[in-house]
Amino acid sequence: MIEQALHSISQFYPEIVIILTLCVIIVADLIIKSDKPVTGWIMLGGLVISGITILFQAGQNGSFFYNMVVVDPFAVFFKLLLVLAGIFVVLFSLQSKELDSYYTRKGEYYMLLSGMMLGMMLMVSSTNLLMIYIAFEVTSISSYVLVGFTKKETDSAEASTKYIIYGAVSSGIMLYGISILIGFTGATDLAAINDALQNRADIPMILNISILMILVGMGFKIAVVPFHFWAPDVYEGAPITITAILAVASKTAALGLLIRFFSVSFIDSNGLTATGIWQTIEGIHWTTLLGGMAALAMIVGNLTALRQDNIKRMLAYSSIAHAGYLLMGVVILAQEGLASIMLYLFIYLFMNLGAFYVAMLFSNSIQTESIEKYKGLGFRAPLESIAMTIFLVSLTGIPPTGGFVAKLYIFSAAISGGWIWLVTIAGITTVISLFYYIRVVKNMFFYKPESNEGIIQFDLPSKTILLILLVPILLFGIYFSPILEFAKNSVQIFGM
Amino acid sequence: MEPSFLQWLADPGLSHFLILSAILFSLGIMAVLSKRNVIMVLMGVELILNSANINFIAFSRFTDLSLDGHMIGLFVIIVAAAEAAVALAIVLNAYKRFKTINLDDISMLKG
Repeated sequence: MIEQALHSISQFYPEIVIILTLCVIIVADLIIKSDKPVTGWIMLGGLVISGITILFQAGQNGSFFYNMVVVDPFAVFFKLLLVLAGIFVVLFSLQSKELDSYYTRKGEYYMLLSGMMLGMMLMVSSTNLLMIYIAFEVTSISSYVLVGFTKKETDSAEASTKYIIYGAVSSGIMLYGISILIGFTGATDLAAINDALQNRADIPMILNISILMILVGMGFKIAVVPFHFWAPDVYEGAPITITAILAVASKTAALGLLIRFFSVSFIDSNGLTATGIWQTIEGIHWTTLLGGMAALAMIVGNLTALRQDNIKRMLAYSSIAHAGYLLMGVVILAQEGLASIMLYLFIYLFMNLGAFYVAMLFSNSIQTESIEKYKGLGFRAPLESIAMTIFLVSLTGIPPTGGFVAKLYIFSAAISGGWIWLVTIAGITTVISLFYYIRVVKNMFFYKPESNEGIIQFDLPSKTILLILLVPILLFGIYFSPILEFAKNSVQIFGM
Repeated sequence: MEPSFLQWLADPGLSHFLILSAILFSLGIMAVLSKRNVIMVLMGVELILNSANINFIAFSRFTDLSLDGHMIGLFVIIVAAAEAAVALAIVLNAYKRFKTINLDDISMLKG
């Protein structure tokens, strides 16, 4: 027993590093009384070390802590994505002026951020329903506080109130669904649930309802229609850095969890066809349901984004639309679908973080988040505006950017899966999305600045970060096969 | 009342607990949907979490789930306590900004 625990610890280094970082941040916050953001640099170091330990896990495949967590290529891929997003968000936070007025509480900020990272890393690697629920809640509770971190702002206070109410209710519904699922199968482990379902002759309706309830919780985290109502308000009210991590990392983790939950629990090991997974849980037409959710997310997200003026709110609706595109891959769920989701998430990380970063830089220097006020910025901050243009063009999915490749793969996977109507909707909504993305570009470049507005200077670190975010997007527009290969290898553990 | 129904009531089994938890769950959802006071909504959430807990304990008593159910129940209590603590802090902060805890009045973000 002790041997197994010790052996498990040796595979748990990335998470242990994050936990240690969390503790060190608390202690450092108590001891070091400095104006410099020491805790931020500690967290950055912790995340980098954690990322390196994750790299050492590549290629491994095993389950640890009595089948509570696994280390497999799928988990490693998602953990790398999450740590990468975390590193960027910490870099953003170090530069954010919004957080500066709360400098005495910076320690708390980074502590909660590490807690959130830990929760998200466990979300993508746990295979036990109890562990899934706890990881889910660790992520949620940290993010509730972080959304309300700038607590003197009324927007922030309102956003966190709304977030915790939506979050608590949907995770409560998810827990009820989990309780029914566990009760019916008599197992908490995903693989054991699979066994129990395979041995049953009939699948009762209540089981389908329990999975629907679990889908409510996960849909809330992914922010997909009809569980998206919190997203615009929360994204607008939260500090930009937190909006960025919610839009990228939180969504990525929840999607990883959703994929693992569906493909491990309900995969039919006997007849592995294109619809093999969904046959195990007959009763509800799952593919149509998820396809409908994806279509609704694309339509609602893109159409509502058209009339937004706040950049954060506009990006919130755009992220709802992107959740729809990602969910399209879940509908297909064969190797192609999953690999294209992972490629999409990888590119989405860079382009969405980039858009949020430029929005944050503008908010730092001209104190506005309104797209109308962006007029003339193309001449006052040329480099940043060009970068923003590339990020937005990539979010639309126009070549030669990475966003095009991501959309191309997910669309072609859907076509080969026979989902023509879904791809049609996706294509039309992509064209619609061009309008609101390009409106930002139009405001930046097609208006002359006022005569009293000079050139805005940005410091070297911000330019470097911008470049680091920009290069992969342009690079992956041309050369993306390594990521795709890695993604394809990663999903093989599900037997696909 | 029919004697068979009384007999069913007198001999509690799994179904009794599941019905109880389903009623609690529905009451929780009703509270969340109909109440406008944040504290009342949070009480509804507690009802939902506790209904799930009753399920877990009942399943572990009447099926071969054994101790797993109790374990999950304990963890859920901890999570519920943490969530309630954070929720109350957030609501207190919202009260300071808005001077109200009515959900309909805490809505300046629109669009």
